[in-house]
Amino acid sequence: MEKSLNWREFVITRSIKASGYSAILFVALIFFFLVREGLPTFGEVESTSLLNIRWYPIEDRFGILPLITGSIMVTFGATLIAVPFGIGTAIYISEIAPRWVREILKPLVELLGGLPSVVLGFLGILVLSPFLRVFLDLPTGLTAFTGSLLLGGIAVPTVVSVAEDALDAVPRAYREGAWALGATRWQTIWRVTLPAARSGVITAIMLGIGRAIGETMTVMMVTGNAPVLATALGSLFSPVRTMTATIAAEMGEVASGSTHYHVLFFIGMVLFLISLGVNIAASSVVFRAKKRAERILS
Amino acid sequence: MTLAEHMKRTFSLNRHLVQRLGFTFITLMAIATVLPIVATVLYILIQGASAISLEFLAGFPRDGMRAGGILPAIIGTLYLTIGTAIFSVPLGIAAAIYLSEYAADTPLTRTIRIAIINLAGIPSVVYGLFGLGLFVLFLNFGTSILAASLTLSIMTLPVIISTAEEALRAVPQAFRTVSISLGATRWQTIRRIVLKEALPGILTGVILGLERAAGETAPILFTGAAFFLPQLPGSPFDATMALPYHLFVISTQVPEMPIQIQYGTALVLLVFVLTMNLIATVIRSRARAKRQW
Repeated sequence: MEKSLNWREFVITRSIKASGYSAILFVALIFFFLVREGLPTFGEVESTSLLNIRWYPIEDRFGILPLITGSIMVTFGATLIAVPFGIGTAIYISEIAPRWVREILKPLVELLGGLPSVVLGFLGILVLSPFLRVFLDLPTGLTAFTGSLLLGGIAVPTVVSVAEDALDAVPRAYREGAWALGATRWQTIWRVTLPAARSGVITAIMLGIGRAIGETMTVMMVTGNAPVLATALGSLFSPVRTMTATIAAEMGEVASGSTHYHVLFFIGMVLFLISLGVNIAASSVVFRAKKRAERILS
Repeated sequence: MTLAEHMKRTFSLNRHLVQRLGFTFITLMAIATVLPIVATVLYILIQGASAISLEFLAGFPRDGMRAGGILPAIIGTLYLTIGTAIFSVPLGIAAAIYLSEYAADTPLTRTIRIAIINLAGIPSVVYGLFGLGLFVLFLNFGTSILAASLTLSIMTLPVIISTAEEALRAVPQAFRTVSISLGATRWQTIRRIVLKEALPGILTGVILGLERAAGETAPILFTGAAFFLPQLPGSPFDATMALPYHLFVISTQVPEMPIQIQYGTALVLLVFVLTMNLIATVIRSRARAKRQW
């Protein structure tokens, strides 16, 4: 009895440990397969033509620059929307709203995070883009701007939840100290609470940007899918195509092992490295802030 | 006195006016954030309601999907969600147990955490590429429910791990100490005390993770989704139709698609996802109300 118990415990503990390590294995596997299928690109396409301004795979033109500028354009617009609204909402939920409002708002924002992106893209096609076409008097409503608006909405829940956590983690004593010194609640928010939560808020912004760069279905459906190099801010109101949308739109039609196939994996590799960079930077901000807090408190 | 100075003076004297203006502004921002969410959901509910009928829910698509029902897409999404749960739930909970109950704060543990954060941040379409490379081609599963479920599982894993770990960590240390001191082994303590107490929190995380998987399109695009199938998939090695992909197809790829069917499909997908969301929210708030520690 005793012995079988030990044996079972040993097996269970081992498999739990193995599961714990699995996350590392998966990240490594993902990277391995992206590299395996994406790296042959360098042998098949000149690196100068890879940085060309034309993406036209049928004629073997694989310039990924317009896709990169497309992604930057749409993400930039989305950030301009998601950051103020996300942080504003986080401040409202954490510092201003009465308890019952908070209990309603938090699940609602979470619900937005759970809305399938294809549903938002669908509404973007049917409702938002016709509206914008008429309202802004554009030749087409399927533009980078339309994508930015929807993408901003998609990134908002990420920004809100991380920023709200950060504001929530600021000790109550900080606020009470400020109030006792005669500061209003408004002054306390801007001069005490928000600066104290700074690292968490920065993380929230970075994770929101990461979410926006990686979004696929919505941008594919509403940005018009034109791989044109964006050179000025005016391109915000013309059709663009992002890196994610290019992979999603074209991977279904290429022969596996072809140059086009390898280039699409190469773009995936670039996206992977971008998200890796964003996430490591975001978590290192938190880590540094934690260390600073420990130093101050000790 | 310049206008700027004047304003500065007025505002510094009327700190309470500034506060009121500021609070109003922030409140309006919050409303502007939340209102579109509510509007979106209501709009689809209203527009889609008239398309819902028994034939729509339980019938096969006809006339190049321009008529008939969406049963294969509903069943397909159900299969994919169950498939994802089979792989991601045990693995995710086990990983959470490891992080909360076993792992010390070593460089290895920190690497695991960074890996989880990164998994959560990888774009969904990159998961699709990975699934295509590993499951569809390398392991030769083909475009199938199996390949798509495995791809979605890995995508869902970080959500399940982080919420489950949070739930496990919320169980007070005293519970473990008492259990161990009564002679229980570590695993007995985890299984009968810690897991039992953390169950509602873990369940919430699992459902929220699966909700995301059910609504995703990009990861299944090249791993398991089919444009149209005349019959239901018969084995895990068959491709399947799925609600999100079907909505994408009928709203962008099929010309002259009746708008009613599009809204109806969006409605069914939304209800599928919202129901999961609602269940998760209810479990969580009930557990919070019942909690004695």
